[in-house]
Formats: sequence, structure tokens, C-alpha cells
Amino acid sequence: MCIECPAALATDPRAAFPTFVRHHQDLVYGLARRWTRDAADAEDVAQDSFLRAWRAIERYPPERIRELHTRGWLARIVRNVAHNRARDAAPAHATLEDAPEPVDPEARTPVATLMRRESARTWAARLAQLPDRQRIAVELRHVHGLSYAEMTEALERPVNTIKSDVHRGIRTLRASMEAADDLELEVAR
Amino acid sequence: MNRPRTLEEARTMVKAMRETAERAPDGLADAVLAELGMADGYAEVDGPVDRLYVAWGPDGVTAVERVGDPMGFETEVQLRTGRPVRRMERLPARLARQVDRQLAGDRQRDLPVDLGTLTSFEQQVLRTVMGIPWGEVRSYAWVAREIGRPRAVRAVGSALAGNPIPFVIPCHRVVRTDGHIGEYGAGGPEAKREVLRTEGIDPDELEALADRGIRYLGSDTTGIYCWPSCHHARRITDAHRVTFRTAEQARVSGFRPCTACRPLEGAVFAA
Repeated sequence: MCIECPAALATDPRAAFPTFVRHHQDLVYGLARRWTRDAADAEDVAQDSFLRAWRAIERYPPERIRELHTRGWLARIVRNVAHNRARDAAPAHATLEDAPEPVDPEARTPVATLMRRESARTWAARLAQLPDRQRIAVELRHVHGLSYAEMTEALERPVNTIKSDVHRGIRTLRASMEAADDLELEVAR
Repeated sequence: MNRPRTLEEARTMVKAMRETAERAPDGLADAVLAELGMADGYAEVDGPVDRLYVAWGPDGVTAVERVGDPMGFETEVQLRTGRPVRRMERLPARLARQVDRQLAGDRQRDLPVDLGTLTSFEQQVLRTVMGIPWGEVRSYAWVAREIGRPRAVRAVGSALAGNPIPFVIPCHRVVRTDGHIGEYGAGGPEAKREVLRTEGIDPDELEALADRGIRYLGSDTTGIYCWPSCHHARRITDAHRVTFRTAEQARVSGFRPCTACRPLEGAVFAA
């Protein structure tokens, strides 16, 4: 994590912000993807979120910047920006077609890459089946690795309801996995 | 196929989900930083005659050129700054306002310009030229005098010919010491005349004065003499206008130089 970032930002915001943006761009874009229809939309939301973050940092006194819980704070900004943009549009989420194709630098062979990618696609599609609230909760927790404290800040909801959303989401995911396994077993038989 | 009931299986599931995270597209951070003026970008703005490319970096405006060849412009900017430059929709908001006002003739003293790659002499020349008011012209000798290098008139000409930020740094407002409009790095003499016309200057009239040997105009009511394009000189009515061929002539006639346009002074620069 970027432990030194808030401190650096508090000391010299203008000098530290470029590093801050580069450090958090994957998180912010990934989060933007959670609340947007497509990649282009997510890119716009991510950019706007950073601009908004900068405007806030410009306004904040150093002590407030130093105390920022960066990831939760950024997640809340992304969520607000995305919601504002999509206020009139129907909520959208990933489908199997535009599910992500993450590139894993650890994959050593093309076959391994392919299998991982396939698994990621399957998972993205499974996540997409969840009700929005559970999906977002599971994604923030397990895709982006936010803590419950960070999620509380991001989602502006009590921690208990967030936890229950995550648990219910996970239960549904398991059920869908099991169903898929059963289907495979049937086919194999 | 296993079902994720054990801890190990749960871990596998979490790992699989982690892999659905996407990386930010290339250039996302650069786009954000360029928009905030913290990285290099360029965008089009309305210039006095044509549209202009204006490039900027963390330290301000780095380059200006007439719109035309984006690749050529990018290459030139990169060569100068040593940093990649990214095409943007618009300038960062504050810079956009400043550039807009500067081009419209409202002098922006805190408009940042990045002259970092130039010699200190060139920087001095260009910063001095930034102070020449809209709608007025000065001579190369005047610039040389202003920076305390009165003999470096030719070097002033070279520095202006290499102005990387034309229009914003109004090198078109510097004319030959003999009063003729002269050369222009950003498009040749005719382009220079065209830009001056947008500022309400009639280049033909200026040259006609110069051809008659007239360098300065004075007012017999104030006893002050100016460059012909100085806004004070333009207010002198026909009945009170006095013309001078040299600063020395003005001095001998009892006139003092205008403190706004600071014409060359008699005796020292009576050329």
C-alpha cells in the first residue's frame, strides 16, 4: 500500500500528486469499471475521479490530507463520480462478452495464460449475475482487496450491512459454482 | 471438480476473483496529469489569426505553433523538453484562461512560460518582449537596451527568431530598428503584418513614417515623446503632434522620453 502517499501529499501536494496518480491508477480504474457500462466510460470516470481528488486535496489543510484513508476515500470519489454520470442511465454491469481479460505477468506459458484468462472471464460473468449491491460489495472486498473499514468509507453504509452483502454474494457465487460443477458432472457421465 | 468448501478452496476462489481486476489503460495517469498541468500536453486554442497549438508542461507553456502538422509539433516539443507530449481536448482550466487573455491583449503577468532550455540571454529577451503591450511595437535595439545589452541588437534578433512560444510571447511586436516591420520566425514578414493588423496596428503606416525618417512622436502640450505605436502617442491630436527623426532631436527640443514606452534616449542612442 501507499503508506507514505498521504504524508507526501500533505507536505507538497503538487510534487506528490503525479506519483499518487500513477500508484493508484489501477485501483481507481478498476473501481470505475465496477460502476460503469464499458471501458471508455470507466476511463472517463477514473479521470474525473482523479481530478476531483486533486481539487479536494488543493482545498484540504495538510493535517486532513495526512489523515486520509486513501483507498476508501478514492473509492468513495469514484462511486460518486460514476453515480453522478449515470444518474439517468440504467445501472449497467459487465456481461460475458466484455468481461475483463486480465494479463497475468506470472503466467509462463500461453496455455497457462489462456486458462487463467478463461477462469477470470468465468468469474467476471459469475460476479455480473449478482444483484448490484452484493456484486459491488464482493468486488470491493475480494477483487480490489479493500478492508471493511475502507468499504464503509467508500459505500457510506454501516459495516454490518456491507459484511452481510459480501457474505450473501459469496454464498450465491458458491451456489453458481456448484451448479456449474453439477452440470459438468452430468455431461461427463 | 471441487467445491470451495475448504479454506484452500476459498482461497482459490478469492484468487480467481482478484484476477478479474483490470489494469488502467495506458496513458490514464498522463491524461490526468496533463489536464492538471502536471505533465506535458498540448491542445488547440484560438489565435489572433489562425488556430494555434499550445503545449504545456509542469512549468508552464512550452511551445506554440500554428495548427497544421501535429506530428511535427509533437516531435519539436519532445525534442525541446525531452518529455513525451500528449494531445488533449483543452488546456488546463487556469492556463486556458491565462493564455486566452494574454492572446487577447490583456497582459498576464503570472502566465507561466517554460523557457528552461534556452540561454539566460534568450530568456531575458523573451521575458522582456512579453511586456510589450498589445497594439504596440518596439525595436530590436529597444529590447537590447531594456536588458542592459545595448550592443546585442543582432543577438536579440536571433533570440526572437528562435522564440518557441510565439503569439503568447509577442515577438511580432518587435520590429526593425529602422522602423520597418522585418522578419518573423512564425510565418514570415506577411504573417507578422497580419498579426499586427489584428492588434489595430497599420504596418504600412508605420513603415511610411519610418520612410519619412520619423522615429518618434511627441506632444507639444506635455513635452513627452514616444514610440509612434505607444498608446500615449496615439492620443496626440494632429494639432499638437511633433515628429522627431532621432531621440537626440527630441532631447534638444526639450522633450523627455515617455515612461510607459521608454523610447531610446537622446545622446546615447541617437542613431
